[in-house]
Amino acid sequence: MYPFTYSRATDVADAVRDKAGHDGSAYIGGGTNLIDLMKMNVEQPAHLTNVAKLPLSKIEDLPDGGLRLGATATNSDTAWNEQVKQRYPLLNQAILAGASPQLRNAATNGGNLMQRTRCYYFYDIATPCNKREPGSGCSAIGGYNRIHAILGASEACIATHPSDMCVALAALAPTVRVSGPNGERTIAFEDFHRLPGEQPEFDNTLAEGELITSLDLPEKGFAKHFAYLKLRDRHSYAFALVSVAVGLEMDGDTITEARLALGGVAHKPWRDKSAEEMLKGQPATAETFGRVAAHVVANGVGQGSNDFKIELARRAIVRALKQAAEGQQEAGDVYLGGQ
Amino acid sequence: MTQTNHIGKGPNRVDGPLKVSGAAHYSGEFNVPDLAYGYVVSSPIAKGKILKIHADEVRALPGVLEVFSHENVPYLAWFDKSYKDQIAPGGSPFRPLHEPDITFNQQPIALVVADTFELARYAAALLRIDYEQDEHETNLETKRAAGFVPGKGKTGFQPPPPPRGNPDKALKNATHSIEAEYAHGAQHHNPMELFTTTVEWRGNGKITAYDKTQGVFNVKNYLMGVFGLGKNDVRVVNQFMGGGFGSGLRPQYSVFMAVLAALELKRSVRVTLTRQQMFSIGHRPNTLQLLKMGTNPDGTLASLQHHALHETSQFEDYTENVVNWSGMLYKCENVKLGYQLAKLDIYSPQDMRAPGAASGNVGLEVAMDEMAYAAGLDPLEFRLRNYADRDQNVDKPFSSKKLRECYQQAAAKFGWENRTQEPRSMRANGKLVGMGMGGGVWDATQVKSAAKALISADGQLTVRSATGENGTGTYTIMTQIAAETLGLPLEAVTFELGDTDQPEAPIQGGSWTAASVGTAVKNACDALGEKILKLAQKPADSPLKGAKFDDVEFVNGQLRLRLDHDQAVVLRDVLQTSGETQLEADSSAMPNMVKQNGYSLHSHNVAFAEVEVDEDLGTIKVTRVVSAVAAGRILNQKTARSQVLGSVVWGLGMALMEETVMDHKFGRYVNHNFAEYHIPVNADMPHIDVIFVHEDDDIVNPLGVKGIGEVGMLGVTAAIANAVFHATGKRVRDLPIMLDKLL
Ligand SMILES: Cc1cc2nc3c(=O)[nH]c(=O)nc-3n(C[C@H](O)[C@H](O)[C@H](O)COP(=O)(O)OP(=O)(O)OC[C@H]3O[C@@H](n4cnc5c(N)ncnc54)[C@H](O)[C@@H]3O)c2cc1C
Ligand code: SF4
Repeated sequence: MYPFTYSRATDVADAVRDKAGHDGSAYIGGGTNLIDLMKMNVEQPAHLTNVAKLPLSKIEDLPDGGLRLGATATNSDTAWNEQVKQRYPLLNQAILAGASPQLRNAATNGGNLMQRTRCYYFYDIATPCNKREPGSGCSAIGGYNRIHAILGASEACIATHPSDMCVALAALAPTVRVSGPNGERTIAFEDFHRLPGEQPEFDNTLAEGELITSLDLPEKGFAKHFAYLKLRDRHSYAFALVSVAVGLEMDGDTITEARLALGGVAHKPWRDKSAEEMLKGQPATAETFGRVAAHVVANGVGQGSNDFKIELARRAIVRALKQAAEGQQEAGDVYLGGQ
Repeated sequence: MTQTNHIGKGPNRVDGPLKVSGAAHYSGEFNVPDLAYGYVVSSPIAKGKILKIHADEVRALPGVLEVFSHENVPYLAWFDKSYKDQIAPGGSPFRPLHEPDITFNQQPIALVVADTFELARYAAALLRIDYEQDEHETNLETKRAAGFVPGKGKTGFQPPPPPRGNPDKALKNATHSIEAEYAHGAQHHNPMELFTTTVEWRGNGKITAYDKTQGVFNVKNYLMGVFGLGKNDVRVVNQFMGGGFGSGLRPQYSVFMAVLAALELKRSVRVTLTRQQMFSIGHRPNTLQLLKMGTNPDGTLASLQHHALHETSQFEDYTENVVNWSGMLYKCENVKLGYQLAKLDIYSPQDMRAPGAASGNVGLEVAMDEMAYAAGLDPLEFRLRNYADRDQNVDKPFSSKKLRECYQQAAAKFGWENRTQEPRSMRANGKLVGMGMGGGVWDATQVKSAAKALISADGQLTVRSATGENGTGTYTIMTQIAAETLGLPLEAVTFELGDTDQPEAPIQGGSWTAASVGTAVKNACDALGEKILKLAQKPADSPLKGAKFDDVEFVNGQLRLRLDHDQAVVLRDVLQTSGETQLEADSSAMPNMVKQNGYSLHSHNVAFAEVEVDEDLGTIKVTRVVSAVAAGRILNQKTARSQVLGSVVWGLGMALMEETVMDHKFGRYVNHNFAEYHIPVNADMPHIDVIFVHEDDDIVNPLGVKGIGEVGMLGVTAAIANAVFHATGKRVRDLPIMLDKLL
């Protein structure tokens, strides 16, 4: 770990100013990801602006019927918030499927969006990695890539975004509010994370110095028909090999609206709008689910150790759609590896 | 006075309060004054040479005290012998910082010492090193043909017995036969506590090393050999340990580094490894096994052949007993066992909980399941038909063996009779249900140990022996043995361990501590008892006049005649009126070879497991495990049960998730952290029932104990793998069984 200076920001303007005033600086929320990366010399910020205590921890109703999730609210407080549980149980479930209670108690919503990939090579500075050191090469291609992408990867990087929360968010489609040296702006969630392309060093579209201040959820929460299915190598405290977030609106047995997003398969939470379109107006049958699932993974590309994920994702989509249509899940249920 | 028969009951851990209150000090918690901190620099390549270490750039940082490497390390012992510890395998032990050569990835190549840990770590990150890289080989698959039969080398290693009968012919003529290969990758011990050594500089070249180790004397002797230290120059202490599982059996390079720096800087130094570096210190080797079996028409084994090949380093021939168990667990007249090593550019493997047996047991017990299916027999029935009453490897009877009772009791508890034999024939909750079983055998060993017992005038007993406390319950069982031997309440006894100023005890491994140190403790207390008896007989009116030691017993704070309990004296009165302030006695214990000679000494177990498998998604949930263990006499029901529970966790981890993955391109482990090296968490664990089947056995040792730390792991992994087959009809032969293998 490299030496760094540290300050605790008091408000958003102060945070943005403090960060802009220091070269090589970084915001820090709960520190559950950044500190690890610093200890392994993957990231070497010279200055930390602590934003965890900014007055951005509220979860409050929005005039348009939506819900605002403060960027510094912890993952736990967000998951267990009454409004979230009742109106966005999909989000509740996705958050609870991630990490451990201790980590969720410390992790912030902003930090969750910004967490880096878990690619083994990204974490190990003894190995080349384009994301960590652009141009050095991608060790995961041709290496051990069990947790790597099957969709939207590039020749430069096949990493995945590891978040569970963000998979539910991709389905719920909030707006990300940010503040930066050039003022405030909003980013649609689907535009927030990016595919690696030739610049895997950029995980997202946040500009230098910008601070996430909130996630504004639209009113529609798919509280009746939803599912979050996470498949992983142990029953808790492991990142997703594949996860699926589904939200449906149903009229009898007919799907009137659908949201479908995958985690663990791409450089960003993978929302598939064409699949959502395919589901619209269709009966909630195994045939429909199978057709849609096949469509989602049709362009899947395996890298060796993760070849199985194409088939696993297909099956997981079928299962999650079925669960959502049946309306089986409830907020607070913690699903164990798809059990 | 309260009852003083403690053995076999389940008192709480006597060291529990110290642990939960933070008063138990671990190696990294001895905050001696003026402490400097060392940070180890690890090689990023698997093979090559260090051309230059740009140490001066780092030495220039204020607060950096020194950078140690092969470039400046002072004269150290040169002969291999000096580096050999008690359980060093054959070959040349690794000598840290000796040469510019790099022989494995993450090899420690330098130590940066600074005034603070943070500075040492930072300076280590800045240290530039030039390498010349050579081609490496880390893939066992490529070395299949290069296997060689190792020499005896390592203490405890038994080359497989020669073949018996005519295994090939018997296989050819068998009614049913199978042949299959099994594999598992490398696994690391991953104790919670990191390897840490705090060396206290006591002046004049004298040091105390607070070191995470499973053997303080092993470390002391190593340090004396390597650094040329005298007996009185070095004391090694380890009173508590946050898990070892075998990783602390050999001196690790952390202690070498810390002692080197302390001696050179004449200052107290602490070295702590990182979690990543915990993957550079030995492991359960990547192992390939070939099993061939055949049966006679009556379902008895006609032929059993088991061959294993596993990796070792270029410099040591690490050996473990992988296949021998297959020649003794079942009755079979035609047996062939083979065992080979292959050298790779990796660090030497190291004993890891039930070393060898855990590996070989998976091959044997999954093959037994396959054989049972091939022969159309229930797997339990198949094992009963092949029950071994003698150890055919050595052609001796077992000193005791209640495996049959284990089978029966565990099967009844588990409800094995509800199982239907056909794979995929059982379902519940929309899932496939599978039931499997596996059994195992482990050595009951006793090795030489010594202990000292002291009793003060107020009746407080202190017993010392330089054994270890891995978290297994050593403090507690030794306290029980000492208290019962002298008829005292547990509160009147203090057991002290883990200090080379105490009587010598062996490394804490092999499940032999209870038998070895326990017997020494008992002997020391008996010796003290004899002295107390003499004192008690001094007064002219002593009711014990003329009694021999065998005629008396210590019970409930009294010393009394066995045959006439009214003829008694109160222990404390004897001590107080004697005028002595303290009595002490030393003793040691050795296995009774004469008594043991005609017998095979082993513990046994069986595990039954139930799994639910989601057929579409491949997810496996172990829903129940019943484990029955026959390990002689159980000293403490509670700590013994905890050992078996922990063993089940281990067995489950090995079956379903544990594997250190090597990227052969870099010759480097890639998942070297707790986020990606998966060990079971609570959510993975099923309900576990533990059954102890008592064995009366005065042949193994006077206490009748066989040790419990390892045997409980056997059978579990195979039981789960077999249950997965029963559930799905898919036989997965390479562990761990991760969900993709079932898709
Ligand atoms: C062992 C382990 C297991 C885990 N398992 C899972 C899992 O299964 N599923 C899962 O989803 N997650 C998992 N996590 C990840 C965890 O969810 C993230 O570490 C956490 O959400 C990050 O939040 P934080 O506030 O601690 O971020 P920090 O570590 O503080 O910061 C992370 C990044 O976000 C930036 N940042 C923080 N706040 C802001 C802001 N307001 N605006 C802009 N940038 C900001 C920081 O500069 C930094 O780059 C796991 C983590 C660990 C260590
Ligand atoms: S997949 Fe991406 S993060 Fe991983 S090694 Fe390749 S470039 Fe780096």
